[in-house]
Amino acid sequence: MGSPSISDALTVTTDEPTAHRNTIKQARQDVLFRRTTQLFAVLVLILLGAIVVSLAMGAAPAFHKFGLQFVVNTQWNPVTEQFGGFVPIFGTLATSAVALLIAIPLSFGIALFLTELCPTSLRTPLGIVIELLAAIPSIIYGMWGLFVFAPLFAEYVQPSLQSTLGTVPLLGSLFQGPPTGIGILTAGIILAFMVIPFIAAVMRDVFEIVPAILKESAYALGSTTWEVVWDVVLPYTKAGVVGGVMLGLGRALGETMAVTFVIGNSYDLSMSLFSPGNSIASSLANEFAEAHSEMHTSALIALGLLLFVITLIVLAAAKLLLLRVARREGERT
Amino acid sequence: MDLYTKRLAVNRIGLALSMVAMVIGLGALVWILGTLLFKGLDALRPRVFLEMTPPPGNDGGLLNAIYGSMLMVGVGTLIATPTGILAGIYLAEYGQRSWLAPITRFVNDILLSAPSIILGLFVYAAYVANVGHFSGWAGAFALALIAIPVIVRATDNMLSLVPNSLREAAAALGAPRWKVILQVTLRAARAGVITGILLSVARISGETAPLLFTSLNNQFWSSDLNAPVANLPVVIFQFAMSPYEDWKRLAWVGALLITLSVLLLSVIARVLTRQKISS
Repeated sequence: MGSPSISDALTVTTDEPTAHRNTIKQARQDVLFRRTTQLFAVLVLILLGAIVVSLAMGAAPAFHKFGLQFVVNTQWNPVTEQFGGFVPIFGTLATSAVALLIAIPLSFGIALFLTELCPTSLRTPLGIVIELLAAIPSIIYGMWGLFVFAPLFAEYVQPSLQSTLGTVPLLGSLFQGPPTGIGILTAGIILAFMVIPFIAAVMRDVFEIVPAILKESAYALGSTTWEVVWDVVLPYTKAGVVGGVMLGLGRALGETMAVTFVIGNSYDLSMSLFSPGNSIASSLANEFAEAHSEMHTSALIALGLLLFVITLIVLAAAKLLLLRVARREGERT
Repeated sequence: MDLYTKRLAVNRIGLALSMVAMVIGLGALVWILGTLLFKGLDALRPRVFLEMTPPPGNDGGLLNAIYGSMLMVGVGTLIATPTGILAGIYLAEYGQRSWLAPITRFVNDILLSAPSIILGLFVYAAYVANVGHFSGWAGAFALALIAIPVIVRATDNMLSLVPNSLREAAAALGAPRWKVILQVTLRAARAGVITGILLSVARISGETAPLLFTSLNNQFWSSDLNAPVANLPVVIFQFAMSPYEDWKRLAWVGALLITLSVLLLSVIARVLTRQKISS
């Protein structure tokens, strides 16, 4: 006969009732294991629902009292219990817009460099270095922004912006006020550096899936590298690029600590990018632990709910766009 | 200027700007890390690791904050790891024909990028408000909620890469499905899953926003998870925003410590995956 293990196995299978019992036991264990993993997968789904429900419950008193006025009212006064979320909502949108204006061209440049210009041996290390920008905790960006960037920005950049763009009619109103270094513009710039790695990574990934034959055809017709990227690669990857930008936007909207350090935390409404403002996330970070009245807490939770719903929509749109790119890639290969 | 020169000029300008963008990106990283090293090393002394956080105007250390951070990140990871791996297993191994898996994957990817302060707010509303006091448990829960999507995603991706022939071979030997998954496919995907866990630890180590109103902070040695627990990120926030020079110096040291450990974890995670790919 063979080794003892084989004869053992044979005796087990010839012993009908034991084998039968074994099979049943294993089938039971299988179902149990499957159900357990399923439970945890459902848990992720429930988590999203639980977040929305618990925030909605917390926000109910504020919405009940202020109604839709909450979104457009500019008053935020914990003493008189008048709460309107317009200033932080506006600050969130304005800082994110500034961040995207700066981050999109820079990310495009970085992705272009990494896919078309960079020597092959440097591609991976440089790609990792850019990704490390995303690994730095946001509180570090905040400290750097407040103590290093803002003073330099106030001394050198803001005065020159005021003397150039500040004199243009209409556009100039964005650059009024004392150059203190902190405010919506600074917050936007810091945010830009935080979202660049996310946008650049997606852009690089989608640029890489452009079929070589498309690019080679364009080169063969005499295109320059810039023309290949601008007229062939970019149109081909449009959905993916927009998806990456939306992903960056989703990050920028909810970014907390970096913004809290440099935005100035003021509830005065101003059109100037130089003046201090507030974002939803920074209001929460600054006030929530100290909010004593029930209405104050509720108003802050209402702001959080608004932020969560906005980012959910933006991120879902980003994800759908990127899924479409992935599906098309799947069909092609 | 003829068309040819113009096209050439546009090309040169475009590519030059692309290089400038790359230099700006690298420059930002070098500038931030340089500032941290310069200001952090300047104030780094042994007592940082030996003494508690000081009252204003006094010199001291960060020992209680470092310990509290490690405690909460540890507990958070212990909660998140099994949860994330089990959910990831369902998505990759059982999810092919169910409607549940694609939806869960979609929601998980959204939670992955959701604002961390909202998760803190959720834990406050669901746990802190009911218990009635800030606590280390709440902080650990909030951190776990941030880590779970990272681990789910990593497990799902890595298990999907395991060739089906491995599963079929194990099944042909008579192994039940759960043994195939735990002892064959999960083992084959081990390096990738560990990478995911390391990345999630890196991510939650630096998180400040979700701790602000869950674990709060504590000026003293605190190991009771039912009470507010000191932690590095919130200490850095509080000290950096204070008017006291001693506190600011400690904030820079804390910032340096956090960044170094986060970057170290990220680099280790990347090296692990690279070895997996090259082998």
